[in-house]
Formats: sequence, C-alpha cells, structure tokens
Amino acid sequence: MNAPLRRVAISVLVLFTLLILNINYIQVVRSDDLREDGRNTRLLADEYSRERGAIVVDGEPIALSVSTDDRLKYLRQYPQAGLYAAVTGFYSVIYGATGIEKAENALLAGTDDRLFVRRISDLFTGRDPSGGDVVLTLDPAVQQAAMAGLEGQVGAVVALDPTTGAVLGLASTPTFDPNPLASHDLDGVRDTAALLDGADPDPRSNQAISQRYAPGSIFKVIVSAAALEDGYTPETVVPAPQTITLPGTRTEVENFNGSACDPSGQQPLIEALTISCNTAFIQLGIDLGEDKVREMAEGFGMTGERFEMPLRVEGSTVGDIENDAELGVSSIGQQDVQMTPMQAAMVAAAVANDGTLMKPYLVDQLLAPDLTVIDETDPEVLSEPISTDVANQLTEMMTSVVTSGSGRNARINGVQVAGKTGTAENEGPDHNWFIGFAPAAEPQIAVAVFVRNGGGTGGDTSAPIARRVIEAYLDGQEGR
Amino acid sequence: MAGPTTDPRAAAAPGTPVPTRRGTEALLLVFAVVITLAAQCIVDLTVTGSLRPELATFGIWFTALWTVAHVVVRKFAPYADPLLLPCVAVLSGLGLVMIHRLDIADPDAGADAPVQLLWATIGLLLFVAVLLGVRDHRLLSRYAYILMLVGLVLLAIPAVLPASISEVYGAKLWIRVAGFSIQPGEFAKICLVVFFAAYLVDKRDVLALASRKVMGLEFPRGRDLGPVLVVWVVSILVLVFERDLGSSLLLFGIFVVMLYVATERASWVVIGLLMFAGGATVAYQAFGHVQARVDTWLDPFAYYDGSGYQVAQSLFGLGTGGLFGAGLGGGRPDAVPIAKSDFIGSAIGEELGLFGFAAVIMVYLILVERGLRTSLIVRDPFGKLLAAGLSFAVAWQLFVVLGGVTGLLPLTGLTTPFLAYGGSSLVANFGLVALLVRISDAARRPATPHVAPQRLTDAPTEVVQP
Repeated sequence: MNAPLRRVAISVLVLFTLLILNINYIQVVRSDDLREDGRNTRLLADEYSRERGAIVVDGEPIALSVSTDDRLKYLRQYPQAGLYAAVTGFYSVIYGATGIEKAENALLAGTDDRLFVRRISDLFTGRDPSGGDVVLTLDPAVQQAAMAGLEGQVGAVVALDPTTGAVLGLASTPTFDPNPLASHDLDGVRDTAALLDGADPDPRSNQAISQRYAPGSIFKVIVSAAALEDGYTPETVVPAPQTITLPGTRTEVENFNGSACDPSGQQPLIEALTISCNTAFIQLGIDLGEDKVREMAEGFGMTGERFEMPLRVEGSTVGDIENDAELGVSSIGQQDVQMTPMQAAMVAAAVANDGTLMKPYLVDQLLAPDLTVIDETDPEVLSEPISTDVANQLTEMMTSVVTSGSGRNARINGVQVAGKTGTAENEGPDHNWFIGFAPAAEPQIAVAVFVRNGGGTGGDTSAPIARRVIEAYLDGQEGR
Repeated sequence: MAGPTTDPRAAAAPGTPVPTRRGTEALLLVFAVVITLAAQCIVDLTVTGSLRPELATFGIWFTALWTVAHVVVRKFAPYADPLLLPCVAVLSGLGLVMIHRLDIADPDAGADAPVQLLWATIGLLLFVAVLLGVRDHRLLSRYAYILMLVGLVLLAIPAVLPASISEVYGAKLWIRVAGFSIQPGEFAKICLVVFFAAYLVDKRDVLALASRKVMGLEFPRGRDLGPVLVVWVVSILVLVFERDLGSSLLLFGIFVVMLYVATERASWVVIGLLMFAGGATVAYQAFGHVQARVDTWLDPFAYYDGSGYQVAQSLFGLGTGGLFGAGLGGGRPDAVPIAKSDFIGSAIGEELGLFGFAAVIMVYLILVERGLRTSLIVRDPFGKLLAAGLSFAVAWQLFVVLGGVTGLLPLTGLTTPFLAYGGSSLVANFGLVALLVRISDAARRPATPHVAPQRLTDAPTEVVQP
C-alpha cells in the first residue's frame, strides 16, 4: 500500500499548492482591483477612522468631519445642505464618494503623497493622522443667487472669472442634501438613495457639467466669431430673409415667431445677432463653410473631449455635419450641436477675456492639516480662439443684445452687460439659455444660465437669473 | 509492509532505545501557546487599546488544555508523532483568536470565543477518552459495521428532520436543539473512515482483481463495483437531500482515495472521477440550487446583491489584506457574513495577509503529511488505511472549504477543521487527531516480544500479512 500512499501524499501537496497559488493570485495579482472596487467598503471604513479634511468656501467649511461615538469615528457633514451639492458631491459609506469628495479624496483623506512627510512624523509623534483642506474658488453670493434663481426649475448656472478661469459659481437643480447620504445609519442611506433614484432627473446628476444639451442661439456667438475672424465686421450687411430653404431640401426654416428680421431682407451682422435672426445665421454658417465654424467651436473648447477641473466635464461638440442643410441648422445651435452649461460659460469668458480662454478651475488651494499651503492653482491658458479686435467687436455686438435685443432682461442699472440668449428646440418644451459677462468694458464675471425645458425664451427665463448672479457678484466686489 | 528507509525501528540498532520525541512536542506546544497568547494580546491592544482581565483566564485555560493533552500523550502514547499535537494547538489557538476578534467587531451578537473554548475543552476530553479507551487502534475494526450504521444514521438525520431544525443557510446539515447546533456529518466522517478502512482491508484482494485493460489501466470486474456504487449513491443522496456539495464531495473523495490505497489500482480513481462527474452533471441539470451554486461560483460579482455577496466580500477582504494583511484587529473581516464559521479562512487572509494565510495552510500540510507518514510506517494494513483515510479527510476537507472561500471551488457548507467556530467540527476533529496520535504511537513503538502475541490474539479480524 505504500506506493499509492506516496502518490496520495504528493496529490495532497498538489491540492495545497493549488490553494496557495490561488491566494497568491487573489492577494497579489488581483489585490489592487479588489481593494479599489467601489463595493468594497473596507478602505472607506479605514478612512472614516481619520479626521477628513474640510472643503472650504470663503473661509467657511461647506463639508467637514465631526467626531461621533459610533464605530465609524467621523461623520461627514454639509452645513449648507443642498447649496453646494453639485460641487462637493457626497461621501457615503455605501456609495463611496462623488464630486470634490472624490476628485480630491487623496488629500482630504490624508493619503496624498504631498502629505507624506507629515504622515511619517505622525507615526513618531503619535498624532492622529488627518486630511488636508480643499479651498474652492466659489463665491458664496454667486452660488446663493444662482441656486435662488434656479429654484423650481431643472437647470444649471456656471459663473467664471474670465481673467483666470476660476469657477465662481456652479449650481445644478434639482439639488439634494448630501447629509442623509453621508449618514452612518445605513438603512437611512439606502432609503435616501432609493428616493433619489426614483426622481426625474436624479438630483445627483450634475446639470452644469455632466449633461449636454442643444445650445440654440447662443451658438450664434461662435458663428459670429468665425465670421469676424473671416473679415466680416459688425456692420457687414448679411442676407436676412423671412424664410430660408435649406440647400438640397424642401425644408423651410423661419425666424422665431415667423417674423421678418428686416423688411429689406438684409441687415448688419450686429443687428442679426441682436434680434437673433435665424435665417441670417443659417446663411452665414453655410457661407463660411463647415471648417471655419467647426474650427472656431473647437477653439472655444468644443472638441468633444472631456476635461477635469477637477470635476469631470462632459465633452461638448458640434456633432457630425453631413451637408450644407445640416451645417445651416447647426449654425443656429440645433442639429447635433451639444453643449454643457460649463462650455457655454467658457464661450462667454473667452470673449470677455479679450479672446483668451482660461482653463476653468474649482480648487484654489490645497492646505495641509496645519493649514500651510501645499498647492495652489495657477491660471492656465486653454486656447486663444479669437483676436483681441474680434473679441472687442463681439463684445460690442453682445452688448447690443442686452441693451436693445433679446437679452434686455439682463440689463443692470449702471453696469454694461454683454450677452446672448438661446432658445433651443428639443422633444419637450424649449431649453432656455443665456450667456453673458459684465461689466462689458472690464469684465469681472462671465456666466451661463441653462433652464431645461423652461418653455419660455432664453430672454424671459434665463436672462433674469443671469442678472441676479452678476449683480450678486458685482455688489460683493464693490464692498471689498 | 513498511519500507526500511521509513521505519525508525529499522534505523535504530537492535537494543538502542527509540527516542519518544516528547520533549520536541512539549517545546513546540509551548511555541503554539505563546503564538496564540501573543496574537490574542495584539487583537485586544489593536481594537480596544488595552488588555482585558479575561485574557489571564484564557491564557491559563488554554495552557492547561495543552498541558493535559501533552501529559496524556506522554503517558498513554509515548511514541506518538511529536508534530501532530502542536499543529492542532496552533490552529485551534488561531481559531480562538480570530473568533474573539470577530466577537469584538460585533459586540451585539454575543461572545462566541468562550463557547468555542468550552468546545475545545470538550474536544480535549474526547481526545483523552479516545487515547485511554482505544489502547490499540486495531480493536476498532471489530466495530466496523456498527460504526458504519452509526455513521449512516448520523449522516441521514438532518435530511430526515424538518428544515426548521436542520437547515442553516440553505444546507440541511444540522441538528439544532435548545440553542445548540450540531453538524452530525463531522462525526459521521470519522465513523465511515473507520468502516471503510476495516471493510477495504477485508475485501481489498477481491477489489484488486482486474479483468480488462483499457488504455493502460486495469479495470475491476463489473460485479466488484458494488461498494463504490453504494457510497456513490449515498453521496448523491446527501447532495440532493441535504443540499450540500461539501459533505457529498468529502465522503466520496475519501472513499475513492482509500479504495485506491487499499487496492493499488489507479483505475478506481478514474472510475470514481467519472462517476462523480456524471453524478454532478445530472445534479446540475436536475436541481436549481446546484445550478445556482455553480453560477455563483463562476462569477460571484455578477450575483453581488444575492448569493455571490459572501464570496465577493471574502475576495474583497483577501484582496485588501494583500501580502502582509491588515494586521490582527486592523481589518474588516466582519464584513463577510458568517465569518466565524464558514469564512474564518478569509478573515485570516485579510488580517494576516498572504504570508499568514499561506503559513496556516502550511501548518495543515504538515499535519496531513505527518498523518500520511504515520500511515506509511505503521505495520498493520488496517492502521495504514485508517491513518491514510483520516489524514486525507483533513486535507480534502480543507481543500474544499478554502477552495470555496477563495473562489476556486463552489461554496460548500463544510467547516475549516480546528479553526472555525462550531462545536461538532472541533470536537470531532479532536477525536480524529486522537486516532492519528494512537496509530502513530503504534507505528513508532519498538516491537516488544511480550506485547506482540497478545495483540495478535486480541485482533481476530486482522489479516496477518506475510
């Protein structure tokens, strides 16, 4: 019996080797994947045992950790509830983190390499390791005005400092309170999530940066820019018929309300933009050709590529253009043109900043737990889509829109506002847009307002919100 | 029977006393107890920051257990293999530490570690009882058929009982009375191994008869397939009525291996594998719960919110533990449901890391290989088969359980021997080790003239080999 016994002994060795090989595979090869799987709450629980850094706006924490006496030592709190939810996101035991909580997790959690030296010293001094703070560029007055303006609507507001790209306001409605999602009462967290899952749209989806919509007439700013770069001036007279038949089709497109843009069938470019003449811009787009329109849109950032600021912004795009008919419709921001409200704000900001587009950023400074600055964002040029001259001409045209055109609802006493309205057709009621900046001579804030299926016009619905946001910011700046 | 190179009695010159190696055992036991107590301290310090006063009680009790075990072995089985007991001590010690650690993680569920310590004590009593009661393992073969009946009855009880008493997590393996849960299958395993050994020693010449040669393997006569068919049917019944692949796989695997050792015919292994594959295929086709198990096994993450949750969490724990582990008390092994019993392996892997987990598996390997070595050097064929069967039972059970926990095999309801929480498993396996200790004592004991004839008359079922 000894020969088979020896073989049994070898078989046992083989079986155990299989076990050990398998745990090698799991604990070494697959280790990182398993550790970082979103459903694996182990690291999260580990993070909860440290004091997480705060997210700070204007010196006040909008997300902070407070110690508790339950098993997870720190509870995440959001003192302003839904006001900053589109920016902070939430930090949940079950669902992980989103927003800045996710984008700057390493620093907030204290695992960032830039905190390495400090972690080593924590080890020796026995100090509890803690995370650093993230200071945002947001302006509380802008954020409040934006959220108040959007109340009751589905929509978004993005406000930028045109000279730096700093994000002054980032609002998305409907909003949600991140506190119940960050609760340690897991059943409560699940109930809250189920409630949000059932809502339409899900308040956790960020209308300002994650969703793209047809921009409608605000796209005419880009087409105007392409025309000015091509040698047009604001005074160049362009055809503006009552209706236009799209080339190669029998489709007739008319102006808003079917009215004539000008009894003569033609008007200066500045006038066409001021009253947002569809037929004029369809013809203008076709005359310029696809390449020039597309090139200009890409210059303003509509490359179709996502970017991070550090929240991820969905890529905006002109879409496919097959023929002149589609080019014509694209030129008034319909067809396959898709924009995020963030992109819309970037268009306004580039015009405001003498034609130089700054890269938007939301994080001003990163602070170590002892509040020393460990990193600071330097403004960065993203592109220069138009010359200073063209930018000045566009500013003149957009000022005309607010003073005497479709954007009159954005007028502010004593401040020259430049802007453009947009009313985009879609399957539901029209989307209402407004982009603009102020003061026109020396712009301090560029803003984009989007109201989904608002049903009115950009001028009726969105321009007043933009005015409110701009006023809030300029009032605050005066006080300083 | 025994080869000259593996027989210490042959190596020792006539008249030289054979070393008992009890000193080695004592030293290794001290080592095992120290490891256990150190681990226990680390858990308390990591989780609560202080040492509990109960730790002293635990330390004294645990030390006393192994002191008693050692003294009994020294007195009643002085030539026993010195590695068996220390392996068991370190495994059961680590088990107690992990159970205590999981107790702390979920204080509302009540403390299971003291209960387990009590079971270990009862297990030790069984260990002592077996060593005292079974002075010669060959006597067991007299009761082979009674043990077979006992084994089958134990195996069948949960299947017959209503599900409210016998079903836990979908497997009908239990007898749950008055707060106690007993898994009779653990005891049935030992009874049946004893029976298989006795039966196969008796019938091995017949079973080894070959009739046909197919592809280089000599296959037995058709009518000799009877016994293996019976065990196969019993295994399938266990699979179907108790819904437990583990017990079924365990029973059949042990029998096939013992049959192979007894007959020295590899064809039995082939037949066994084919029969099990056939049975498993039919079961897969016919029963929903078997299909569900297999689907979950193939991709636990696809069933994350249901049947795959446990294995997925176990894999998360192992992955998070990585090479060095989270440290005792530093992980979240309680995130895996029923970590104390079925998934104690993943708790160890998470907190002690790949190195700790592999070390634990190596301790099992030492235990099993020492058992198989005993089987190699013991003279009587019954002892050989019994030792081989018992050792392989431990190895096979561990493979099936840890394979399930780590996703290598479908999940089963078996427990990790010595480590896992559960009285029946711990007590039964202490009994199993007692038998191994008894056989290894016989294997290494110098042949003294006045004992041998008496043993021969005492053992009427023994077939004296030329």
